Amino acid sequence: MGARETILNAVAMNKPDLTELPDIDLSLTIQYTDLIQKFIEMVEAAGGKAYYENSRQQLLNDLAEVKAEGKFMINLLDNRDTEGWKNLNAGELESLDTCYLRAGLGVAENGAMWISERQMSNRLLPFICQHLVIVLNQADIVNNMHQAYQQIDAAEEGFGVFIAGPSKTADIEQNLVIGAHGARSLRVYVI
Amino acid sequence: MNVGLFIPCYIDQFYPDVAIATYQLLKKLGCEVNYPMNQTCCGQPMANSGFSDLTKGCDVNFVKNFRDFDYIVAPSGSCVLHIKEHLKEGGDKAELDKIRHSVYELSEFLVDILKVNHLEASFPHKVGMHISCHGQRGLNLSSMSELVAPAFSKTEHLLNMVNGLDLKKPLRADECCGFGGTFCVFEEAVSVKMGKDRIKEHLVNEVEFICGGDTSCLMHLEGILKRQGSSVKTIHLAEILNSVL
Amino acid sequence: MRAKQHAEAAQEFIRDEARTDWHDETLWFVRAKRDKAVNTLPEWEKLRDWASQIKNHTLSNLDYYLKSFEEKAISNGIVVHWASDAEDHNRIIHKIIADNKIDKIVKSKSMLTEECHLNEYLQNKGIQILDTDLGEYIVQLRKESPSHIVLPAIHLKRQDVSETFHEHLNTEKGNNDPQYLAGSARHHLRERFIESDLAITGVNFAIAESGSFVVCTNEGNADMGVHSAGIHIACMGIEKLIPKTEHLGVFLRLLARSATGQPITTYSSHFNKPRPGQQMHVVIVDNGRSRQLGRADFRNSLKCIRCAACFNTCPVYRRSGGHSYHSTVAGPIGSILNPNLDMEANSDLPFASTLCGSCSNVCPVKIDIHEQLWKWRQVIVANGYVDKGKKAGMQGMAWVLSNPKVYRMAGKIGRWIMRIFPFILNNSLNVWYKQREMPRAPEKSFRDWFKENK
Repeated sequence: MGARETILNAVAMNKPDLTELPDIDLSLTIQYTDLIQKFIEMVEAAGGKAYYENSRQQLLNDLAEVKAEGKFMINLLDNRDTEGWKNLNAGELESLDTCYLRAGLGVAENGAMWISERQMSNRLLPFICQHLVIVLNQADIVNNMHQAYQQIDAAEEGFGVFIAGPSKTADIEQNLVIGAHGARSLRVYVI
Repeated sequence: MNVGLFIPCYIDQFYPDVAIATYQLLKKLGCEVNYPMNQTCCGQPMANSGFSDLTKGCDVNFVKNFRDFDYIVAPSGSCVLHIKEHLKEGGDKAELDKIRHSVYELSEFLVDILKVNHLEASFPHKVGMHISCHGQRGLNLSSMSELVAPAFSKTEHLLNMVNGLDLKKPLRADECCGFGGTFCVFEEAVSVKMGKDRIKEHLVNEVEFICGGDTSCLMHLEGILKRQGSSVKTIHLAEILNSVL
Repeated sequence: MRAKQHAEAAQEFIRDEARTDWHDETLWFVRAKRDKAVNTLPEWEKLRDWASQIKNHTLSNLDYYLKSFEEKAISNGIVVHWASDAEDHNRIIHKIIADNKIDKIVKSKSMLTEECHLNEYLQNKGIQILDTDLGEYIVQLRKESPSHIVLPAIHLKRQDVSETFHEHLNTEKGNNDPQYLAGSARHHLRERFIESDLAITGVNFAIAESGSFVVCTNEGNADMGVHSAGIHIACMGIEKLIPKTEHLGVFLRLLARSATGQPITTYSSHFNKPRPGQQMHVVIVDNGRSRQLGRADFRNSLKCIRCAACFNTCPVYRRSGGHSYHSTVAGPIGSILNPNLDMEANSDLPFASTLCGSCSNVCPVKIDIHEQLWKWRQVIVANGYVDKGKKAGMQGMAWVLSNPKVYRMAGKIGRWIMRIFPFILNNSLNVWYKQREMPRAPEKSFRDWFKENK
């Protein structure tokens, strides 16, 4: 008998009597009076920088500035240019400075944003870039994670990720250091 | 109201003043108090050490002594919790259930059963509050810092009735003192370190007394305080509630 | 060789009292962050109830959910392996490595691979794995084991890290700035991510209905590894299952708040299918878990989501350090999981607690940890894993306390000795007396007083 059968048999024999799943009453979960304000607050608490007032113009300025610096940047915002990046490997993306992409949804309670595989084009992009810039429609902000999972189809594509803030670590004496292995900074434009 | 006074063994032997205060306080509040003369120990020291199969003698003796009371009251949350959770011999299920449901720690008896809202007590001192884990997390005598729930404390409710008492809380309001039954000797280093750390926080508040509802915790803290040559004393809740100027 | 027992290791840890204070305060700081985070949610206790019920339900139908997960994962293009024990787990991973002729391997944090001692196993076969979580990277360089499941290097000070990095990464001697040190690790590990051929991760949650799994990190190391490498191996215990994707809403709200006080980890990565050309493997491991499932008193320890909130709140853990638990999973939860793996070797752990109950209160899935500690004590004693002297002492105590007359006589003699000949007890043989005075023995017991004064 292989390991699979051994394990499944042992589990079947040892499991307790069936208990019920709970009824999860989402009306008991937190709702915020000002979703956008809470979302922005939580993005910043997670170490990101959020732009809301005049954010379209600010985003254009952002793009222009980074472009002017001449560093390697990838802009996935206009949906024209996604295929080309798809098959680049880590070595080819190593020098990526800034990546611009769209998130499908934002969560007010924690500042997290859902990015599906299609939105990131290449799974490496949100992680390997030095600086990540995410654009989010203000209408796509929900209160909490329960609502988030009602809105997205997390299993629809091959991969998807909630991102809240830039990468960080507190592994040295609980001192917060922004910029662990993923992006070193996160800018969020709520438009 | 027929109250059986349950005096844990180490209080009987080493801290009779705590038992006397409990007895006098209950009398003062109008209870008919009896002290069954053949009581010994609830059996907790063995059970918490993994020897619950050795507690039969204690169980039988406990039931024999306490089967006939409306209420059983003890100045110790820990011993009361043991009876509630682990009494398993000495009578039929109904009898054991009755005992388990009628045994009370002193402050919960005063607040929940006697519904005391006034006390002729006076204790004009700065007192640090030590919360004992079994009373708090086991018997729900006060809200717990880990839970998202409204704040309350039966002990504080009573201490607030004492004239002149200035109650101080340590920074970590409900951290364990490290007594832990036989833990205090089998894990001596951690036990003492935990006790020292509790005391340090009380000393910051410049208290004269550290007050608690479990003499076991107090005995441990007292042992450390005395070794440190500190002037701070430990005192049981019953002694404060029973004190008059 | 038998590991040092908890009490002895703890005593050594505490010998450096200033460092013990630092360790205690650092972890208390995490507990305080957790308190602050959970108090922002009025529904916190409800969430704990839901999580507990979801996990209880899953355990009660675990064989079904495992099969469902497997079926969906396979149809998603994931290769599913089953491992009965650590040896199986290690062999499976080694085979994937050997079959693909891999030599550059990165690993993000997986306590299961630590539990199975994967690194040592592969090392003995000449294969090096690089741990990429900063804390794990630090302890790996130092040839230590993690002392905490979420904060693996929490026992180390920045000076220690600085020295280690100076030695291995040639960082500036004496530069103790965490920003600088973490930056150096980032720089060094980036190259290793980019050149890696295979990445190993753990699994935080596996979803039965979709065959997907979720990995949570703050550092982004799991994602850097798996999206760079051609092969991804994810290792999970059988208890990682949850029935539905929507249940992630409950667990992701609880996990990071309990672990670090963050409302969510930086990255919550949902893996459904390998990317084109990539191999994705999941290794499902039992290693004693199905046995624990059969222990009615202890099975709900399998609800654990490895947040380590019970470590951070435990007054004993904070003052004895993770290594004193001589196990992969330390702290209160480790003390109820490890006796299942090896009762004799871990027979000291359930006693490394005052049973204060704080662990059960912070547990996001409501495991009755302190009650299980009490129950393990009974099981361990019943199985004979107890010191003979302790057993004799307990038997003697039980006899005295069962006989009121003997009890009273013993008390009287004891108090008399303490008053007249205190040196009999106040000496080095009395463990209590080492750092504490004995209570003052009164002439009369309460019973004596009562007889005269009632």
